[in-house]
Amino acid sequence: MTSTRDVALEARGLTKRFPGVVANADVSLKVHSGEILALLGENGAGKSTLVKMIYGLYEPDEGEILIKGEAVRLKGPRDAIRRGIGMVHQHFQLVPVFTVAENVILGDEPHRGPFVNMRKARAEVARLAEEFGLQLDVDAKVEDLPVGTQQRVEILKALYRKADILILDEPTAVLTPQETDDLLGVIKGFAGSGVSVIFITHKLREVLAIADTIEVLRGGRAVGTTTPSETDAAGLAQMMVGRSVLLTVDKSPAQTGDVVLDVVDLSAADDIGLPAVRDVSLQVRAGEILGIAGVEGNGQRELVQALTGLRPCRARTVTVQGQDALGKSPRAVHAMGVGHVPEDREADGLVGAYSVADNLVLDRYSDPEFARFGVRDLKAVSALAQDLVGQFDIRTPSADTTVQSLSGGNKQKVVIARELAAEPALLIAAQPTRGVDVGSIEFIHSRIIAARDRGAAVLLVSAELDEVLGLSDRIAVMYDGRIVETMPAEGADRARIGLLMAGHAVSET
Amino acid sequence: MSAKWAYALAILISVTIVIFYVLDPTKTTSVVSFSLRYAVPLILAAMVGIMCERSGVINIGIEGQMLMSAFAGFFGAALTGSLLLGTMIGVGTGMIMGAMLATGAVTWKMDQIIAGTIINILAAGLTSFFYAQGFTLPGITPTLRIPVLADIPLIGPVFFDNGLFTYAAIVSALLLWVLLFKTVWGLRTRSVGEKPSASDTSGIGVQKMRFWNVTIAGGLAGLAGAYLALEAAGTFERGLTAGRGFTALAIMIFGAWNPIGALAAAIFFGLTQGVASQLQTDAVVDIPPQFVNMLPYVLTIVLLAIVSGRIKPPAAVGRPYEKD
Amino acid sequence: MSTIDPAQTDLGITDPDPRRSGPLDRVPAIVIPVVSVLLAFAMGGILIWLQGVNPLFAYQVLFRDALGSVDGLERTMEKSTPLILTGLAVVVGLRAGLFNIGAQGQLLMGAIGAAWAGYNFTLPPLVHLPFCLIFGILCGAAWGSIAGALRAYRSVSEVITTIMLNSIAIALVDYLASRPLKEPDQPLSRTPLIAESAALPYIGPIPSGFILALVVAVFFGWLLVRTTQGFRFNTVGMNPGAARYAGISVKGTILLAMAVSGGLAGLGGAVETLGITGRFEPAFNIGLGFDGITIALLARANPLATIPAALLVGTLRAGSSSLQFQTGIEPEVVSVILALTLLFVSAPIVGKLLFRNRSIKQTTVTKGWGA
Repeated sequence: MTSTRDVALEARGLTKRFPGVVANADVSLKVHSGEILALLGENGAGKSTLVKMIYGLYEPDEGEILIKGEAVRLKGPRDAIRRGIGMVHQHFQLVPVFTVAENVILGDEPHRGPFVNMRKARAEVARLAEEFGLQLDVDAKVEDLPVGTQQRVEILKALYRKADILILDEPTAVLTPQETDDLLGVIKGFAGSGVSVIFITHKLREVLAIADTIEVLRGGRAVGTTTPSETDAAGLAQMMVGRSVLLTVDKSPAQTGDVVLDVVDLSAADDIGLPAVRDVSLQVRAGEILGIAGVEGNGQRELVQALTGLRPCRARTVTVQGQDALGKSPRAVHAMGVGHVPEDREADGLVGAYSVADNLVLDRYSDPEFARFGVRDLKAVSALAQDLVGQFDIRTPSADTTVQSLSGGNKQKVVIARELAAEPALLIAAQPTRGVDVGSIEFIHSRIIAARDRGAAVLLVSAELDEVLGLSDRIAVMYDGRIVETMPAEGADRARIGLLMAGHAVSET
Repeated sequence: MSAKWAYALAILISVTIVIFYVLDPTKTTSVVSFSLRYAVPLILAAMVGIMCERSGVINIGIEGQMLMSAFAGFFGAALTGSLLLGTMIGVGTGMIMGAMLATGAVTWKMDQIIAGTIINILAAGLTSFFYAQGFTLPGITPTLRIPVLADIPLIGPVFFDNGLFTYAAIVSALLLWVLLFKTVWGLRTRSVGEKPSASDTSGIGVQKMRFWNVTIAGGLAGLAGAYLALEAAGTFERGLTAGRGFTALAIMIFGAWNPIGALAAAIFFGLTQGVASQLQTDAVVDIPPQFVNMLPYVLTIVLLAIVSGRIKPPAAVGRPYEKD
Repeated sequence: MSTIDPAQTDLGITDPDPRRSGPLDRVPAIVIPVVSVLLAFAMGGILIWLQGVNPLFAYQVLFRDALGSVDGLERTMEKSTPLILTGLAVVVGLRAGLFNIGAQGQLLMGAIGAAWAGYNFTLPPLVHLPFCLIFGILCGAAWGSIAGALRAYRSVSEVITTIMLNSIAIALVDYLASRPLKEPDQPLSRTPLIAESAALPYIGPIPSGFILALVVAVFFGWLLVRTTQGFRFNTVGMNPGAARYAGISVKGTILLAMAVSGGLAGLGGAVETLGITGRFEPAFNIGLGFDGITIALLARANPLATIPAALLVGTLRAGSSSLQFQTGIEPEVVSVILALTLLFVSAPIVGKLLFRNRSIKQTTVTKGWGA
C-alpha cells in the first residue's frame, strides 16, 4: 500500500540530549505522502521532542532530517514551515486575545507595506476553513471558543501555510469520543488528499483505528515499527512498556459503608465568572470509589476546587461525615478528614524549591507533632519523611532533595504520600496519574484501591476514561457542569459513556 | 475600568475646562498649557513602558533611563553648543540604557524588576558622580506655532503653539497606536507579549523582537530626559526626574496599555498638577508646599488602587521566555 | 529513575542541590558575591584612576579611615546599623515574594516617630527607650502596611507603591519637621532634642543600636528557618498556590511581611534618631533605601549574611568623606561601586564566567504586576 509512494519525510538517527537526560537516541522513521504514521509511546518516551526537532523547535545533536529526499538543517519553525511542515500542538499555541483570523495569519501576514491587510486575511481564512470543512467564525476571539473549535484554528494555521506534512501532538487529549472520531475522520481526509500525517498519541485504540504505520518509542528510542494488521492493543502496550502491563486493575468488590461525602445542588463559577458547575449532586460512601468521567473543561476542576475549599460556591448541602463543609477554608476541609490530590501538582500541591520532607508536611507543618509554640521540630519532620519515602517508594537521593528535581511520577508520589498518610476519610483525586510513567501509575492505582479497601471514600476525577472505568465502583458522567448520569461501573457501556460525555442525552435501554 | 467610565470622565473634564475658560480665559489657557507641558515627559515615558510591556518586558528602569539621558543631553548640548546634538545624545543614551535592560532581561533572562532597579541605581550613582557645576545651555529650545490652527480659542494655544518636544510626545502616542494595532510589527509584538510560545511556533523571533523593542523604546526615554533637561528645567540637577518614570508606569496601567489611553491619562495627571499649582499660587487654600509635591505620588497610588486587578496586562509580561 | 521528557519539565533555572554529590558542586554560594564585589572595586578603581588618583591609594585611605582607628570603627558601626536593618527589611520582603523598595520611606517614618516619642513624653528611662523604639517600629510598619494592603487586597504591585510612598514620606516628614513638630524658637526644620531617658547609649565605642541590629539579624535568621511563621513567609514567596492549599492565608502573609519589613526599616530610623542624631532632621541622604536592596541581594536573601554585606557598605560610606578630603574623589564613587556590585551579583555574568554551563540560582521577584 505504501511502497510506490514518495517518501515525504525521513529521519535518520536523530539524537537529542538535555542536561541530565537523553530525550531521543538514534531514532529513525519514514513517512510517505498520504500516509498516516502514528508515534506511540507513554509519557516521557520522547515523542514530543522528536517532532519538535522535525518542526525546527529543537536542533538535533546527531542525525539528519530529509524532506522529500533532501537533507535539511532546520534553524527554526520558519524553516520547517517553508518546507511544508505544519504542527498542531498538544497545548494550543494560540494567542487568547487575538481573533481566529489574527491567530491563523500570525507570522505570515498579508500586508500592504507595513500595514496588515486584515480584510484579505479574514477572507482567506474564511475561504480556507470552508474548503476543509472546518466551521469557524473568523472574528471570534480565541479565548471565547470551546476547546474543540480552538483545535480547528490550530489545524487551520498549518493548512494556511500549505503544509503537506502535518504533525499532530496528542490531538485528542481534550476531545470527547465523538469529537475524536470526527477528528480522525478529518485526518483520514487529509491523508486521502496526499498530506502526510504524523500523529502522536498514547491511546492504543486511536492508533489501531487509523494508522497506516505505527512507530513505538520507549525511553527515547524507537523500539519497533509495525502496522495495525500485525498487532493488537496488548502487543502495542508491551512494546510501549517493555513488559506485560496490567491493562485492567485488580480489585475486589467494594464493601461500602456510610455516606461520607454528601453534595446537594452545588453550583460554582469559573475564573471569569461563567457558571462552571450547575446544581451537581452526588454521594460517596466509605469503601467505594466514585469516578467522574468527562472531557476536561466541563466543570470537574471547579467542582473539585469547590469541594476542597479553593473556590467559592453555593449549595444546598455539602457535608463530610455529617459535618458541614460548605464555604470552609482548605485548611478546615482538610481537618475534617479530606485528602486532596490536586490536578496541577506544581501549582497547587508542591513547592518545587522545598525539600521532599517539607513538601510531605506541607499541610501539617504547624500541627503539634511538628511544631510547638511556633517553632518547628525538624527532627520529627525528617523522621516522618524517611518513613513515607520508604512506604511509598519515592525515588529520591534523600528526603532533603528539592522536589523540583524529581520525575513527574515521583513528584506525584510525594503528593499521594502526603495525602494518604493522614488516613483521610475522603480522598479526592484529580487526574492522579497525569504525566506519570507507567510503573508509577500502577503503584498509584494500587494505593488508591488500598485506601478504598481500608474504608476511605474516594472521589476520582479523571480525563482518562480507561482509568475511570478501571478504578471506579460507580461512575458519574459530567458534561457542561452537570452530572448527566450515574451508574455502577460493573457492566458500564463504554460507548454510551462516550456519548454522555459529549452531551448526547441517551434514552434508557 | 471599562471604557464607558473613561469616556464619561473625559467628557466631564472637557466640559469643566470649557466652563472655566468662559469664566477666565487667560488663566484657564495657561493652566491647561502648563498641564500639557507637565505631561510631556510622562507621555513619552508611558510610551516606553507600553512598548516594553506589550512585548512582555517590565521596565522599571525608565526613571534611570530618563535621568541618564537628561544628564547626557544637558552636558552634550552644553559642551557641543548645539541643542540638536544634545537631544540626539540624549536619545542615544536612552537607547544604550534600553539595550542594557534588554541584555539583562531578555538575553540573560534576569529578573526584570531587579534589572530595572539596577539601571536606576547605576544612573543615580553615575550622574551624581560625574556631575559638575557651571555649565549652561547654548540657547532655548525652539517653539513652533502652527498658523490658523493656533488661533482656535483654547485648543489653539494649548495644542498648536508648543515646543517641538511637545509635538513629538503627542505624535509618538498616535504613531505608537497605529503601529501597535495596524501593522505587522504591532501584531507580532503583541503576540510576543501575550503568548510568546505561539509567536515562536509561528516562526517569529521572540527574543529578537523583545530585545529590539526594549532598546528602541529606550530612545523615547532618552527623548523624555532630553526634554526635562533642555526645555523644562533648562539645566541638570541630581534627581531631576523626580519619580516621573514610575508615575509613567501607573499612567500606562491606567491607560490599559493603550497609547491613546495613556496619552489621555497623562494629560489628566498634568491637569491635576496644573490645578493644584494654580490653587497654591492663588493662595485660595493654604496648602503647605509639601502636600502639593506629594500630589502626583498620592494620585498614582489612588489611581492604581482603583484600577488594578480590573485591567489586564499583556499575559506574558514579566516572564523571560524559555523554550519548553 | 524514568526518563524525563524535557518537553514536560519546567526548564527554569534550578538550584544546584548542595546534597548531590560531585566535586564540581562543592563551590560555595559565597563565591559569586565576593567576586562581584572585587570586580566592582576594580571598575571603581578605573573611575578613580580617570580622575588622576591612584586607586590603590584611594582604597587604602578609605579602609584605613573606616577601620583603622577606634573612632573610625565607631563611625563604621554607626553607619552599618541602619544598613543591616534596611537590608533585613528587603530580605524579609524577598522571602515572601515582595520587592520592598520603600525602606527609605519606612525608615523616615520610624525616625520621626521615634523622635516625637522621645521629646514629647517624659517616662522613666527603662520604659522610655523601649517605648520610643517600639513606636518607631510601628510607624515604619504602618507605612509598609499601606503597600502591603494594596498588594494583598488590590493586587497593586508593591514595586510602584513603595517608591511612591518613599516620595510621599520624604515630603511628609519635611512638612512635619517644619511645622507641627518643629522645634520652636529657631529657624531650622527639625524636631526638638529627645529626652535623655530615650537615648540609646554607647557601650564604650560600640553603639548599642549596632548590637541591637546584630541581634535582630540573628533572630530573623532563626525565624525564617525554624519557625512556622518563617515557613509561611517562604511558602507564600515560593508558591502562593501551594500556600493556599496548605491553609496559609496568602493575603494575610503578604500584609504581615510588608508590615514586618516596614517595621524593620522603621527600627533602623528609630535607632538613627535615638542613638546618633538625637532628633529628626530631614537629610538629603536617599541612599539608604537602595543600599538596603544591594545588601539584600548581596546576602542572597539570607538574614545572617546581611551583616557582612552591611558592614561592607557601611565601611565604604564611613570612609568616603575622608576619601574626598584626602584625594578629592567625590563620595558618590561609593554609590557607583555599589551599583556595579549589585549589577554583578544579580546579572548572571559572574556565574557564567566562573561556572560555564551550569545554571545558577537567581533571585526572582517578578510575578508580573502582582496579581
